[in-house]
Amino acid sequence: MKKSAIDNSFKWFCFFCAGLIGLLMLGFFIQLSLNSKQVWEVFGWRFLISSEWDPVAEKFGALPSIVGTLSTTLIALLIALPLALAAAMFLVHAAPLIRSVLGHAIDLLAAIPSVIYGMWGLFVLVPFMQNKIQPFLAETLKIHHIPVVGRFLAEDYYNGFGILTGGLILAIMILPYICAILRDVLQMTPPMLREAAYGVGCTRLEAGKDIIIPYGIRGILGGIFVGLGRALGETMAVLFVIGNIMEMPQNAFSGSTTIAATIANCFPEADGLQRSALFALGLILLLMSLFIQILAQSYLRAATAHRGE
Amino acid sequence: MPLKLEAKNLNFFYGNEQVLFNNNLPVEEKKITAVIGPSGCGKSTFLRVCNRIFELYRNQRAEGELLLDGVNVLLPEVDVLELRRNVGMIFQKPTPFPMSVFDNVAYPLKLHFKLSRRETFDRVEQALRGASLWDEVKDKLKTSGLALSGGQQQRLCIARAIAAEPEVLLMDEPTSALDPLATSKIEELMVELKKRFTIMVVTHNMQQAARISDATAFFYKGVIVEHGTTTKIFTNPANRKTEEYITGRFG
Ligand SMILES: Nc1ncnc2c1ncn2[C@@H]1O[C@H](COP(=O)(O)OP(=O)(O)OP(=O)(O)O)[C@@H](O)[C@H]1O
Ligand SMILES: [Mg+2]
Repeated sequence: MKKSAIDNSFKWFCFFCAGLIGLLMLGFFIQLSLNSKQVWEVFGWRFLISSEWDPVAEKFGALPSIVGTLSTTLIALLIALPLALAAAMFLVHAAPLIRSVLGHAIDLLAAIPSVIYGMWGLFVLVPFMQNKIQPFLAETLKIHHIPVVGRFLAEDYYNGFGILTGGLILAIMILPYICAILRDVLQMTPPMLREAAYGVGCTRLEAGKDIIIPYGIRGILGGIFVGLGRALGETMAVLFVIGNIMEMPQNAFSGSTTIAATIANCFPEADGLQRSALFALGLILLLMSLFIQILAQSYLRAATAHRGE
Repeated sequence: MPLKLEAKNLNFFYGNEQVLFNNNLPVEEKKITAVIGPSGCGKSTFLRVCNRIFELYRNQRAEGELLLDGVNVLLPEVDVLELRRNVGMIFQKPTPFPMSVFDNVAYPLKLHFKLSRRETFDRVEQALRGASLWDEVKDKLKTSGLALSGGQQQRLCIARAIAAEPEVLLMDEPTSALDPLATSKIEELMVELKKRFTIMVVTHNMQQAARISDATAFFYKGVIVEHGTTTKIFTNPANRKTEEYITGRFG
């Protein structure tokens, strides 16, 4: 009797905590909406497609921040995904000792605070891009002569900051997350299916790309979206290396900004309409992150359900 | 009768633990050889040596000789991909690949041959007919292989295994996950297939072994205690252990 009473109240306590999390989410949403009301009233949906950000003239547009966020995230994903996939495949097949040592090392990478990545980016990666990569692209590869690629990678003067550098930092940051999930997904491949793949005469590469990856594709997509979610909202690491320029980026070395970086940069001095614009940016970021998170969850759930069959 | 496969002094190790001891087994061409024995006696292990699939795992090691048409396929210079084209494997549970019915069967063809689309289609149809599956799937070649029933999936795997024209088929308890009807379909199919292939089948079902096999090998604790024609093994076994096992006194 007494035991069940304790059990019951514990149940209600858990329910309360879970409800609190839901309320918190709702609260964020309402707060951001209310605080950004002004900017929506003044600019309407044009706030989303305007690239002006002029606090003096009271003109605000979200487009440069959105484009900066999406492009750094995309670059990060394009770099991190193949690396994470290769690393995960190696880890799954490596000898137990190597697997556990390297596996833990990768997990530890995820524990490094993002401000450390930012500092490293500023003091190591930015000079490296400036002194090595940019001159190499421009002078050795003569990249500006190559049609499409050249437009994205050519820049007249070298400063090392910009979208590509931000994307690189993000790639390093999300690598351990994606790798850990991919490793788990690949580990779940039924041994019999793997043996069947090799049994028809696949090489490692063929078995991986034609059978093991397609089999785990839902889990892999889940992992990708988890990485995307991390990259979207990341502030500190990007802030140091992106250049913080509120303009539409012209190429991969353009100084730019992201939603999170804009908010962090401008908030201390913001009031009135600018403050409202920053809340609107926050709302956009929250919605993007939520969307990505929901995709991630549903794919990961589908992947686990699939395995349960 | 010519020998297709022959194990000579075959030993197998998982790490330091030896699980096959001096196995000697002749396997005749275009016959069904049943491999029987109690659980854990090394039947699957023996099959896994024949296409060298054990090499996927470190610490697993075979010693001795396994002759395929007189050539020891355990030698490192033997091309393992070609060996696996030539020695197909069917597992205890169906293992369709995550692709369409058609692609499941076409996949090994793509790996090993350069065929035109026409030729590929013909060979896929041929293989599906060979696995008695064509009539059931000819209208849904584009649906996922995972969407078929268990028995159909197993026949799909057989079609996949025979598509690349192997000479040997290894089947490790191919019907243990199937209902009686699907089982008897597979059994009929195996009898049909032995006209073209040499088949080794592991089974726990004594009736099945007696029904479909021509030769039988009895494994016990990693040793081949007795082998010979199925009639002989089942009616007049030489070894007492064999007799006890097939009459169901242990196992
Ligand atoms: N991956 C492995 N690592 C270590 N030992 C193994 C491994 N696989 C099998 N064994 C051992 O090898 C022996 C033979 O196993 P095997 O799977 O060949 O038996 P089996 O005759 O196929 O049994 P069953 O009828 O249950 O399928 C068993 O003692 C088993 O414990
Ligand atoms: Mg077995």
